[in-house]
Amino acid sequence: MYRYDVIDKTLVTERVAQFRDQTRRHLAGELSEDEFRHLRLRNGLYIQRHAPMLRVAIPYGLLSSAQLRTLAAIARRYDRGYGHFTTRQNIQYNWPKLPEVPDILAELAAVEMHAIQTSGNCIRNITSDHLAGVTPDELEDPRPWCEIIRQWAALHPEFSYLPRKFKIAVTGSARDRAASLVHDVGVHIVRNTEGELGFEILAGGGLGRTPIIGQVVREFLPRAHLLSYLEAVLRVYNREGRRDNLNKARIKILVRSLGLEEFRRRVESEWELIKDGGLRVAEADVARMRSFFNPPAYRSLHESQPAAGRDTAFRAWYRYNTSEHKVPGYRVVYVSLKRADVAPGDATDAQMELIAELADRYSFGEVRVAHTQNLLFADVEQENTFELWRALDGAGLATPNIGTLTDIICCPGLDFCSLANAGSIEVAKLINERFDDYDYVYDLGELDVKMSGCMNACGHHHVGNIGILGVDKGGEEWYQITIGGSAGADASLGTVIGPSVAKADVPETIARLLDVYVERRHPDERFLDTMRRLGVKPFKERAYAAPAAA
Amino acid sequence: MPRRLLRDGEVVADDWRYLSEVQGPDGGPLILTIDQWLSDRERWIADNGRLGVILAPAHKVELLARDLARFALIGAEFPGPSDGRGYTQGRLLRERWKFTGELRATGYVRRDQLFFLARCGFNSFELPDSEIESASTALATFSAGYQPSNDAGLAVKLRHR
Repeated sequence: MYRYDVIDKTLVTERVAQFRDQTRRHLAGELSEDEFRHLRLRNGLYIQRHAPMLRVAIPYGLLSSAQLRTLAAIARRYDRGYGHFTTRQNIQYNWPKLPEVPDILAELAAVEMHAIQTSGNCIRNITSDHLAGVTPDELEDPRPWCEIIRQWAALHPEFSYLPRKFKIAVTGSARDRAASLVHDVGVHIVRNTEGELGFEILAGGGLGRTPIIGQVVREFLPRAHLLSYLEAVLRVYNREGRRDNLNKARIKILVRSLGLEEFRRRVESEWELIKDGGLRVAEADVARMRSFFNPPAYRSLHESQPAAGRDTAFRAWYRYNTSEHKVPGYRVVYVSLKRADVAPGDATDAQMELIAELADRYSFGEVRVAHTQNLLFADVEQENTFELWRALDGAGLATPNIGTLTDIICCPGLDFCSLANAGSIEVAKLINERFDDYDYVYDLGELDVKMSGCMNACGHHHVGNIGILGVDKGGEEWYQITIGGSAGADASLGTVIGPSVAKADVPETIARLLDVYVERRHPDERFLDTMRRLGVKPFKERAYAAPAAA
Repeated sequence: MPRRLLRDGEVVADDWRYLSEVQGPDGGPLILTIDQWLSDRERWIADNGRLGVILAPAHKVELLARDLARFALIGAEFPGPSDGRGYTQGRLLRERWKFTGELRATGYVRRDQLFFLARCGFNSFELPDSEIESASTALATFSAGYQPSNDAGLAVKLRHR
């Protein structure tokens, strides 16, 4: 993985000093609440319902075991013993005390981490495919490019006060596991007809109040120009994006109001003026960056069948919580953070420490964060999966549900977030209680349920096969349900099935939607495909049919 | 008491006046709004005085392209802590249009913005009195920057690591 050099170290250390001084001035009354707000947001610090919330960047989801131990130590020392992994490969702490935040940032800096630009109207954490480098379906490992973009975006002097937040996702595989089509900019590594690798650039995707799927701005960008092209996109956005209405300030609204053609014309003409300037990426730089992401020292192994002859629980876990690796004899292993009785994405300090230890023992000391709010070990020898499973199972980290109905993506909701209308964690729990029969859940196959506590859509509900949105109706929590969304390469926005339902009725409504699927699916057809084939009507009719939901 | 500002790292008395601050052109250096400039351009050119002009965030720097050499000072107005259009104006003036005069940040300007403003080419800052003495240290908040910028001395290119 990337290791900081003296410049990176200096910058994060100076950032801590800057924020320490800003916090001191605020606490001394020299900076008003409003002035301080603009500064703290750029360090990932929100003031939430209960306490400040600190969001720490995990660039493209990659962590060393030492970094994870530090995250655990911070959870124990400064928080209440846990952290929440988010849909953008960050971790959030819900209970830090403001005067201690500079100390937390200093502890992070010591292990080459930071909270720079994890909130505020600036370029946010660069996210990527959690299977980067190990998946057989990849053209090229996207992580060197993520790091190149991360450095360009960090403390960017021109783009730190944008109209609104700006999210970039990078993928190197045709299967989009980074939800890049619902990002402000999606960067796809592609090969042109001459066989050269370069980038397809998309812009204008996003969720929130106005969900839009990103559109292709440029089909093929030679690799040397990645940063200059991004700079051109950002410059057009910084100059032209709306600043009069927070809800219309994302780049997706600019792309839509100008039209794709005119937006492209403006970006390209800006880019023409800067493309051969200082942002040109030399091949030597790419090679140097790539050397940080060289494959680990894999052993020469044969494929094995570790599940053969084992008990049912291990076989189920192996089937759902591990996936294919491009190197023979290895397997990707997911750590499910979706236990029925725990908020999706939460991990305790002890769990994080155990995961760090298991990473050292079984996966070259590295851990990854998936945007689905699970963790994973990317490089596990198949023969070690049984031992690893036992260790995970003993810590409640082996719920065999990856990619199934109960692997729910979920924002922190009303319990922690000052924006939310509704408690999403509790609804996730109700769904887990209702669907506790694994045979049924497994029979449903690949199914992606996403839940947000408000319009800001942190839980990506628009692109869930089943999406759940918390809404406020006269002070009560209600839930609007959508179906047919997808965050993959076939991205689509879900359709609202009808009036929102009461909290207690959410599981029953989902059960009815699933009944339609089970009755009418073709063999091997996913829920998403059945829904796309049938349309929303039969699902809607069943969901609201008498007798009223219990 | 004349206005003080931070220019090239030093606290100095401002030798410029805004047109709104004087009874009429008195031969001294004057800062105009862009509307004052555009509505009376011929007269200002005929007067041949030392001129500056302030851009509002919505103004494109291209508006000044043909007249750039007539200005010894160009300013960008920052209406509040969140409007970042002035940063782009600064970079374009310095890097694309090669403006070499005084580039001034005015309006909501605080020490916490100075480092990025300076990297975008600004060299003078109208700060509140409460901050003006301590603000110059903010210019040294970071000892490097990742992006190539007009302050080439700070630019860190990947290959130079």
